[in-house]
Amino acid sequence: MSTLSSEPSSEPRTPPIPADNRPAIAVSGLTKDFRVADKHGRRSVFTAVSDVSFTVPAGGSLGLVGESGSGKTTTARMLVGLETPTAGRIEALGHDRSRPARSAAERRRRARELQIVFQDPYTSLDPSQTVRAAVDEVLRAHSGLEGPARAGRLAELLDQVGFDERQASARPRELSGGQRQRVAIARALAADPRVLILDEAVSALDVSIQAQILNLLVDIRTATGIAYLLISHDLAVVRHLCDSVVVLRRGRVVESGDCGAVLDTPADEYTRVLRASVPVPGWRPGSG
Amino acid sequence: MLRLRDVDVALNVEGRMRPVLTGLNLDLAEGEALGLVGESGSGKSMTVRTITRLLPHGARVSGAVEFEGRDVLAMRPAELRAFRDSDVGVVFQDPRAAINPTHRIGDFVGEALRVNRGVSKGEAARRSAELLAAVGIDDAERRLRQYPHELSGGMLQRAMIASVLAAEPRLILADEPTTALDVTIQAEVVGILDRLRRERALSMVFITHDLDLALAVCDRVAVMYAGSVVEVRSARELHDTARHPYTIGLLGSRPAIERRAERLTAIPGRPVSAFEAGPGCAFVSRCAFAQDACRASRPRLEAFQGGLVRCHRVEEIHEHSVV
Amino acid sequence: MRNKKQGRIRAVYKWLGPSGTLAALFLLLMVLAAVFASVLAPADPNTGDLLNNYQGSSASHLLGTDGIGRDILSRLLYGTRTSLLGPALVVGVSMAIGIPLALLGAWYGGVVDSAVARVLDLVYALPGLLLAVLTVALFGPGLTPAVVALSIAYVPFLARIVRAAARQQRVSPYVDALAVQGFGVFRISVRHILRNIAPVVLGQAAIAFGYALLDLASLSYLGLAVQAPTADWGVMVSDTDALLKGYSTPVLLPGLLIVGSVLSLTVLGARISGERPEPHPLFGRLFGRVSGSGSERRAADAPAS
Repeated sequence: MSTLSSEPSSEPRTPPIPADNRPAIAVSGLTKDFRVADKHGRRSVFTAVSDVSFTVPAGGSLGLVGESGSGKTTTARMLVGLETPTAGRIEALGHDRSRPARSAAERRRRARELQIVFQDPYTSLDPSQTVRAAVDEVLRAHSGLEGPARAGRLAELLDQVGFDERQASARPRELSGGQRQRVAIARALAADPRVLILDEAVSALDVSIQAQILNLLVDIRTATGIAYLLISHDLAVVRHLCDSVVVLRRGRVVESGDCGAVLDTPADEYTRVLRASVPVPGWRPGSG
Repeated sequence: MLRLRDVDVALNVEGRMRPVLTGLNLDLAEGEALGLVGESGSGKSMTVRTITRLLPHGARVSGAVEFEGRDVLAMRPAELRAFRDSDVGVVFQDPRAAINPTHRIGDFVGEALRVNRGVSKGEAARRSAELLAAVGIDDAERRLRQYPHELSGGMLQRAMIASVLAAEPRLILADEPTTALDVTIQAEVVGILDRLRRERALSMVFITHDLDLALAVCDRVAVMYAGSVVEVRSARELHDTARHPYTIGLLGSRPAIERRAERLTAIPGRPVSAFEAGPGCAFVSRCAFAQDACRASRPRLEAFQGGLVRCHRVEEIHEHSVV
Repeated sequence: MRNKKQGRIRAVYKWLGPSGTLAALFLLLMVLAAVFASVLAPADPNTGDLLNNYQGSSASHLLGTDGIGRDILSRLLYGTRTSLLGPALVVGVSMAIGIPLALLGAWYGGVVDSAVARVLDLVYALPGLLLAVLTVALFGPGLTPAVVALSIAYVPFLARIVRAAARQQRVSPYVDALAVQGFGVFRISVRHILRNIAPVVLGQAAIAFGYALLDLASLSYLGLAVQAPTADWGVMVSDTDALLKGYSTPVLLPGLLIVGSVLSLTVLGARISGERPEPHPLFGRLFGRVSGSGSERRAADAPAS
């Protein structure tokens, strides 16, 4: 019945909510310091992320917005274990992941909780692996499926991102940027994660390709109920994909809340400037 | 002021000539800002290189490029140098790559004044400081003594604009000038470019992949696809009255910031380059309205409802959509 | 069938280029000679006939005989075995030590990488030949001590380039993605990183093979590695007696084979690791200058936006 709603701007799309209601991601007091040396060799501490907290509800979608130096990518890298936090706590589906995994089994379990798609489709795939091999490698490690069952799941995943049999034998070099990003998405989904982190995953794509991938991401979420954490500088993309938003500036949260509310009526001065800087019809440069 | 007529450009790629621009037509009036919008492979950057004759070695160019009635393609070396030095200025995408890292900002900005105008060193420094102030850089005296690595990307792009203005050109070619910058910095830089252009009555060709940005900055916008222009229309009208299927598709591809759409009306397939296009309309493989006629012959860029559109079926499509 | 085969041959030719193909054919010939030496050789390489010494070319001795009447062709064929076996061992052992070290350093970075780099620099500072001479002085002459010494000396030659290439891969997002997928260090390093840098490793190994061949030949020439009666190119070159008596063939031919092998290995190594010569203005592609690294070439291949 709800699909008959004639309200064109109905904000929340409602994907199936998983039975497990623990938050997909819960981050509190997350901080990351880097030790840096200037050109004179003087050492100092640079705080890339400072006391950041947010929650991605199960099946929800959160946008992490900021410009360069906001700490959004460092935050993503900490979430997937590529950086170790200086302080704070990260939980995914109730499991703490603030420290490096201590065993191979824990490492694999974490992989099934959280996956990530990176910005640059040209470097995020192994150049010597075919599309099929790249996705199958992950299935073999995580799905527990064998033989025809795994082949079936592989075909299903490739089909989901719009790849046919012939294209699946291609290596990344033979694919366009949009196709590579589809492979990266299929590979991430192969681990059957509950949360997908999209680190500027559509930023490097041509506008028409970006639209295709955004539609694909919406379809996947509707079909699987997976949660998204979208990291982006592009407010329009965040609005399109996310229920709620966190605005970062210089490693700190300046504003957070419902996506529509924050973008329509920003409370923070920086969010207002950010919002006013986006060219829209009728926008005059310099007015922001 | 600037006229491109039936310009074809082919580049030498490993011994084979590969077309990058085919039948390109553009007109730019005095004091006008023209946006050149397209995806990768559309040839928008090649257009800038063609106008300034900065094409790679072995490139083949035909057609006409006229600047104030003078044929740019026929210019002799001395004339071409004068044209590049004082008539036209180019703002590149990545200021860090375009500015010599070992020169001070002052040398960079004042170079055109000293070398081309024969202005004295002290006078050049004074004028450079004025220019930096004009592009919104505070503390100009200190900035002139700094090196590029000491400035942020936004500051460098301002310095680049200042150096372009130093030569007092009448035409600015801005090639994705803000793509490498953050959104808030982009708004500032674009604002400065827009203000200076109006104050000094300069003409500008503004190249970008961001249609919304082009609509905001320019008087008219030309949409490019596969090496030629498919639609030209005034920026005020284009957003609501786009007529070419590709332009309509581009507008529908971008999510809006004001509201959330259920789905985007994505164009299928990927953007093709000029060398991949068949004998017919270059957009035919992605167009929902394609018919046999579209595959057979390439449409011409023709006047339609106050703009120019390159589409065989533009009238039918328009009537259909109105009904 | 035939078309497919032709296509494959053409692909190999395109990959290696004219000079690389020539080098590969020459080396293939050498390997065949080593394998089938006992079949091809017309005579025993070590049995001399003092009555028939320093003979010219004849039906029974195609390339003539040396100072004690041994058949030169047979000695060259059998010499191929020892001359190729030594460098093969050197390259094999130094790769077995060097590649794991390099991958380890590249993966963990930081202190581990610094330690690996220091050790490699230290060994690199020791001249290989000097190390070999010292080893021989301690353990006596012979192929084994020479090979052991050179194997150690060649570790940095291979490991440094593998480390540099692996470090480049290590920071690549695809490696990050694999780590997030839950794969371990070993699998990512061997199945992904090593596979992607294989051309660089193989190319460098070919070049190292050439240098090792030259080094071992030099040591054999000095009487420190392969010992005199054994058929070996280096040993054969050391036949000064023949030169003094005005017979150059017994020395010249093994010398040419050494030069040919080293040159072929160097050319082939450069081709495999992705360096492409620019056509030479006078000599065309055959003797082109090697310029531009593999990555530059790949960048140039990418479609311009």
